[in-house]
Amino acid sequence: MATNAIAVSPRTLGFGYYTRIFRKETQYEFVKMLRTKAYSLSVVGFPVMFYLLFGTSNRHNMFARYLMPSYSCMGVVSACLFGIGMGIAMERAQGWLELKQASPMPRLAYLGAKMISCAAFALIIVAALLTLGITLGGVSLTAVEGLKLAGVILAGSVPFTAMGLLVALLVPANAGPGIINLIYLPMSFASGFWMPVKYLPHWLQVIVPALPTYHLGQIALSIFGYAEPGSMLIHWEALAGFTLLMLGAAWIIFTRSEARS
Amino acid sequence: MSATAVLTPTVPAAVPAALHAANRPVAKLHSVTKRYGQTTALDNFSLELHPGEVVALLGPNGAGKTTAVRLLLGLISPNAGSVRVLGRDPRDADARTRIGAMLQVSRVPEMLRVREHIDLFRSYYPNPLPAAEVIRIAKLDGIAGKMFGQLSGGQKQRVLFGLAICGNPDLIFLDEPTVGMDIETRRALWDEVRALSAAGKTVLLTTHYLEEADMLANRIVVINKGKLLCEGTSAEIKHRVSGRRIRCITQLDPEFLRTLPSVSDVQQDREAMVILAERPEEVVRTMLVRDATLHGLEVSAAALEDAFLALTSEQ
Repeated sequence: MATNAIAVSPRTLGFGYYTRIFRKETQYEFVKMLRTKAYSLSVVGFPVMFYLLFGTSNRHNMFARYLMPSYSCMGVVSACLFGIGMGIAMERAQGWLELKQASPMPRLAYLGAKMISCAAFALIIVAALLTLGITLGGVSLTAVEGLKLAGVILAGSVPFTAMGLLVALLVPANAGPGIINLIYLPMSFASGFWMPVKYLPHWLQVIVPALPTYHLGQIALSIFGYAEPGSMLIHWEALAGFTLLMLGAAWIIFTRSEARS
Repeated sequence: MSATAVLTPTVPAAVPAALHAANRPVAKLHSVTKRYGQTTALDNFSLELHPGEVVALLGPNGAGKTTAVRLLLGLISPNAGSVRVLGRDPRDADARTRIGAMLQVSRVPEMLRVREHIDLFRSYYPNPLPAAEVIRIAKLDGIAGKMFGQLSGGQKQRVLFGLAICGNPDLIFLDEPTVGMDIETRRALWDEVRALSAAGKTVLLTTHYLEEADMLANRIVVINKGKLLCEGTSAEIKHRVSGRRIRCITQLDPEFLRTLPSVSDVQQDREAMVILAERPEEVVRTMLVRDATLHGLEVSAAALEDAFLALTSEQ
């Protein structure tokens, strides 16, 4: 026994070992988020509530249809910013993240589990909004439109996971909810999630292309024919650029804090 | 005194390699210095853990105990010196599959059940203990189905202990393990630490409870302000403070008491004065003459606590 304790024989842990960690980590992360009512109820509840207020009251006109993709975008942004940003910031402040880092758990499993869980919440939001749109909003849509929207929202979880990471590193845990609301609510409004960008004040329309939410919104709206004229490619490029910018900034801050610790 | 004194004893060639290996340290901090900004948390500090040992790292708050543990876990890296664990760099993820840790965690995700936390942590290790075994050892029967958020402070500590042993580790770090536990649970945890040691595991525990170090450790390492003060068995450390302990309520000035012959330390303990002296009779005689109000007099053998106070206040 004592001799075993001296040196770890270099052995490669198999694919099965890593798959199991990823599976368990994701499973429990999702269960944890679901049970944390402050998260699950607000992230799913807000888009649903707003759709019940503004979507169903515009039954049979364009807004019942318009608000499905736009509130879906709002949903994925809040699911990622609160889930990743708040989630990591809190677990970091409480020392829980450190205990996980001291274990053999790969860092990617932690991040991957959070990202997949947030994306799952985003898909739940899409499903809820589509259901409400069809039943109470009187919207008719094809299965392809619905699947396309789900795909776009899933892709949209990537840039906002990256943003959530940066938020987790920058924002103190106790100030988290307030600051995230301050970031995402104005961004949602300015990006046409509540009404088309062309109805917004002119000065807002000028700065709106700088917001990642605007580009995601345009891609999602294009599925239903509500995007502003122009190629979608530039919006995908903007989101890709934004993702790299967020990851780069997060990486720099993370390595700096590692060097200091 | 120096930790390096115990390093690699000469072993005759005839001794099997396994025995030789048993004397090599499982974990080692070698002349480590760690600074956080302006503060020096550890200053040229060395520590070795040998197979099967229970070592207590004892010191007041801010002494550098947790920093030593975090270095050994590879959570931080030193400014100077080297850290080796199980023969490799602790930042190496592979080494971590043989290590368990109980850290000071202010909150654990509360919306997972105890059983779920254990199931998750078990999945991190290639050869984990069965879940039922973890529940039995950490005394979690009855609360395994509860959400973490519903547990009392002592129960939470027990869960954290359970997570530390999930992977059936050879080397276990316990950072202030019994904080928040009542006496009964604390004693139960001590029994578990002894059982780990009996099973050949190596344990490093940090504590500021002297009793805990005294009860559990084969070897106590006393640190303060990032520096090694002394190390040895609890008997050896007590021996460093020869003489006896006088406790009484007196109006005499502590500065004056320090000047009395054979007095090595004077401490105020609430309303009472605690004096360590080689020749307590002389000291008591003088005190009784000088202070007619003196009362509550006790003279006893020096305890580990006195040794500790004397050692840490010498600095």
